[in-house]
Amino acid sequence: MSTRAEIVSALDVRRVHEDFPALRQIVHGHPLVYLDNAATAQKPQVVLDALMQFYTHDCANVHRGVHLLSERSTAAYEGARETVRGFLNAADAREIVFTHGATESINLVAQTYGRANLQAGDEILITGLEHHSNIVPWQMLAAEKGAFLRVAPIDDRGEVVLEKFEELLGPRTKMVALAHVSNALGTINPVRKMIEMAHGVGAVALIDGAQAAPHLKVDVRDLDCDFYAFSGHKVFGPTGIGVLYGKARLLEAMPPWQGGGDMIRSVTFEKTIYNDPPYKFEAGTPHIAGAIGLAAAIEYVTAIGLEPIAAWEHDLLVYGAEALAQVPGVRLIGTAREKAAVLSFVLDGVHAHDVSTILDRQGIAIRAGHHCAQPVMERFGVTATSRASLAFYNTRQEIDALVEGLGKVKEIFE
Amino acid sequence: MSTDLRDLYQQVIVDHSKRPRNFRPLEGANRKVEGYNPLCGDKFTIYVKIENDVIADVSFEGSGCAISTASASLLTESLKGKTLAGAEALFESFHNLLTGLEPAAEAPRLGKLAVFSGVCDYPTRVKCATLAWHTLRAALKGEGEKVCTE
Repeated sequence: MSTRAEIVSALDVRRVHEDFPALRQIVHGHPLVYLDNAATAQKPQVVLDALMQFYTHDCANVHRGVHLLSERSTAAYEGARETVRGFLNAADAREIVFTHGATESINLVAQTYGRANLQAGDEILITGLEHHSNIVPWQMLAAEKGAFLRVAPIDDRGEVVLEKFEELLGPRTKMVALAHVSNALGTINPVRKMIEMAHGVGAVALIDGAQAAPHLKVDVRDLDCDFYAFSGHKVFGPTGIGVLYGKARLLEAMPPWQGGGDMIRSVTFEKTIYNDPPYKFEAGTPHIAGAIGLAAAIEYVTAIGLEPIAAWEHDLLVYGAEALAQVPGVRLIGTAREKAAVLSFVLDGVHAHDVSTILDRQGIAIRAGHHCAQPVMERFGVTATSRASLAFYNTRQEIDALVEGLGKVKEIFE
Repeated sequence: MSTDLRDLYQQVIVDHSKRPRNFRPLEGANRKVEGYNPLCGDKFTIYVKIENDVIADVSFEGSGCAISTASASLLTESLKGKTLAGAEALFESFHNLLTGLEPAAEAPRLGKLAVFSGVCDYPTRVKCATLAWHTLRAALKGEGEKVCTE
């Protein structure tokens, strides 16, 4: 365990803060305190520069033209794929499919792998802490196929009950879909172990890494997951770009999803021959600028280092949890032993939306609501929580501002 | 305390959110509609007893933020004894107040409901203040069992 001094010296937060132009603004007369990173993260200047560079100099379609701009554009787009491969430690760049985001990545797997491989009576296992995006695509698939959705419950800390998870795995389990990190609670699932358990019954494992990729070192080969999904905008990249990692042999066997340009090798009116992965799953002109911006974001985050980032955020999380516990009437929702920097809480007698409005007027941005995880809210008997979700550019002073802000909330509702 | 926050969270609103009036199911109600905002999870059921085109009684149940709860509570107080046409006119005035259309002109017509004048400066909260009203309108029109606002 690093000391605080080591953590502080490993990450120069003031310099980091300067890298994000959106953070240098005044909101309702106060310096912005941005604590809504689980919804979307702010973008460093290098990402904005990459987008500007592309649209100013290199804008052309990929994989088509023989002119210079198209060459540059294709090189940058495919270079971005290689950057993502390195980020996830995938074996081959052909295992990296660009999508619109984690949601689309999950839907792609449900609609291609799922449709081709699930039959009536088969089972899909998820957990009680999933985001709607890792529930609904499976419900749709189950309804179509006559398959069943099973849900491994979570305990009062917000951890998946592993014994129950294991009990629910069986010979009919064909697909296991798990959040790496819960967006509503911050719980870090022991996915490596859970994937091993899923493989034990012959199921395929998909990991929803939307909340993990910005905070943890992800190694898809070490995890041995079959699919891994994440969104660019939560790792400080542009909106509208995401990634699906899939093991090569699975992607090769899967039918395509959307039809169109780029996903084909040859087309006649009688027969179309599909392209190889990843292009088979990238019909139409992709979000070229988005992929390039995402690569810039990944390079930025990697240069800072995911280890110093994790240490910094963990320090903030511990500090924040202690600070909030000192506020009378505050109850933290989600107290998993392994947890990412999410502080979800309820304040006695005050609804989360009122908390959020009052904090906003003090320049503090948090999320209020069900966080697209209504079953999680139901599990804890609340309709909504206030959620402060942290990134490496946040500071202890900003946590102090949050606590002070809550004082004003209580003042109004006294 | 910033004064504009007090414009939104006026004492009357805080009071009604903490101790909502007519907060109960209504015996003898002949209309009942559930209103729901799927984005924030606010959910109210409004009960209305209509006799000869007059709102003889109105009550509500459910949960939501301070603005939506206080709005539902004050709605019940404001509408008891109103004719259906009177209720509709009040809704229009209230809506004009929330969207910033002639708030000063509407205030006298609205009585206690004028405490919501601050909401127009908080566009994201207008839907909170109108949830109960949209629900009530659906109840008066005899539309279905559920309404949604976003």
